[in-house]
Amino acid sequence: MTDQASAPLKKTSLHASHVALGARMVPFGGWDMPVEYTGITAEHLAVRTAAGLFDVSHMGEVEIAGAGALEAVQHITSNDASKLQVGQIQYSGLTTPAGTFVDDLLVYRLGPSHYLLVINAGNIDKDVDWITARTTEAVPGVAVVNSSDRYALIAVQGPRAQDILQTLTAIDLAGIKYYWFAHGEVAGMRGTVSRTGYTGEDGFEVMVPAAMGPRVWDALAGAGKPFGLVPAGLGARDTLRLEASMRLYGNDIDEATTVLEADLGWIVGWNKPAFLGRDVLHEQKAAGVSKILAGFEVVDRAIARHGHAVLHEGKSVGVVTSGTQTPFLKKAIGMAYLPTALAAPGTELQIDIRGRQARAVVVPMPFYKREKTKK
Amino acid sequence: MAYPTNLKYTKDHEWIRLEGDIGTVGITDFAQQQLGDVVYVELPEVGATLTAGQVFGSIESVKAVSELFAPVGGEVVEVNATLKDKPEAVNQQPLEAWMVKVKLSSPADAGALMDAGEYEALLAK
Repeated sequence: MTDQASAPLKKTSLHASHVALGARMVPFGGWDMPVEYTGITAEHLAVRTAAGLFDVSHMGEVEIAGAGALEAVQHITSNDASKLQVGQIQYSGLTTPAGTFVDDLLVYRLGPSHYLLVINAGNIDKDVDWITARTTEAVPGVAVVNSSDRYALIAVQGPRAQDILQTLTAIDLAGIKYYWFAHGEVAGMRGTVSRTGYTGEDGFEVMVPAAMGPRVWDALAGAGKPFGLVPAGLGARDTLRLEASMRLYGNDIDEATTVLEADLGWIVGWNKPAFLGRDVLHEQKAAGVSKILAGFEVVDRAIARHGHAVLHEGKSVGVVTSGTQTPFLKKAIGMAYLPTALAAPGTELQIDIRGRQARAVVVPMPFYKREKTKK
Repeated sequence: MAYPTNLKYTKDHEWIRLEGDIGTVGITDFAQQQLGDVVYVELPEVGATLTAGQVFGSIESVKAVSELFAPVGGEVVEVNATLKDKPEAVNQQPLEAWMVKVKLSSPADAGALMDAGEYEALLAK
């Protein structure tokens, strides 16, 4: 993450629950967060085969509402928010004029002129300043509110997520499509339930008032037990999202990488007449990018990590942005920015792992794609 | 847990079993707990020379890489090849999952190692 907190670590409303469960706590983006409870491998596999329960309350929330809200959101984000219906969610980029990422985020359309942005924990202060300044230049006086402290956000992820959550809510979960949400009660607490996540698995994120967080967490943990649900920490969240090729801000995308270089052209609203970074992104689209984020698999028995140099025919061509040994695929995989000509699947690479060169090969992303069943 | 008294320990959380001039080296239960799920152990070749206190290999868990430090100097006479396919043995049985056997070049090296009581005192700090 981006910030090197000198201030004391912040705690989510679920902090005491994590400590009681015996979690190993680590600093992450300025927060004291659980990295694992029983072990990353077991937690990762539980999410792929049953379900996992994650505290993601450290994520930030910013609300933009009132007259001009859509115009303001359109100005600061890359995707086309005008396509959102009330109840719908969109993955997007909070972009600089250079088409790079201030952050990546989810945009919820809560009401006809009320939007909620879910942003990365380590970027909350930076984003709020940026959003406030940039929306004002497009729509003077538009309401921007940092409501990060108001919500607990709990993710239930995995093939059994719907069965588990359905035991605690009257909301018809089967009726919530991917990247849509509904309001209702969960364990008797008023909240918002979205079919979203950061694991590559089916699942939901439940947003409730922060003070209600521990009760909802306990209810989900109890209801999920018969289904094989386990609490899962940031360690498994990272290996799961990497298997699913989801970008991590601060590693795979940042203020030096454009949306197109991150191979996220699908989150650009190409028909939008204006937004921050539009001109650069259109130019890049026309001319082609010189580097692009690509996935690789390590062929030799070794694990590539963030920061390792990537070589092609002995020449340095890039740097690993994320890399790990994934518990489900049981392979060492990673992502790196590569010259476009070297980003085609099958291209042979070498990764410099502490002075030794391990062979790797470019592979298509995502590394893991869940089998779509009934939904 | 209690650490066996027939072993010696380092501040870097390796254990060593000394039998004559041969030392068998692994990592402690504390070390494997700190690492989490071990997925890869990188070891030197037989014949490599180790220097006491210097890095001789690395061990990777899902989340991190950690270096292995030689408790003593000497020549590697055997490497535990089973760890290549079963790195999780380090978590399951840290005292069985030895990594290398070393022929000590200077048996005096062993004098700098901790006994079980001293190691437990270090962990208690």
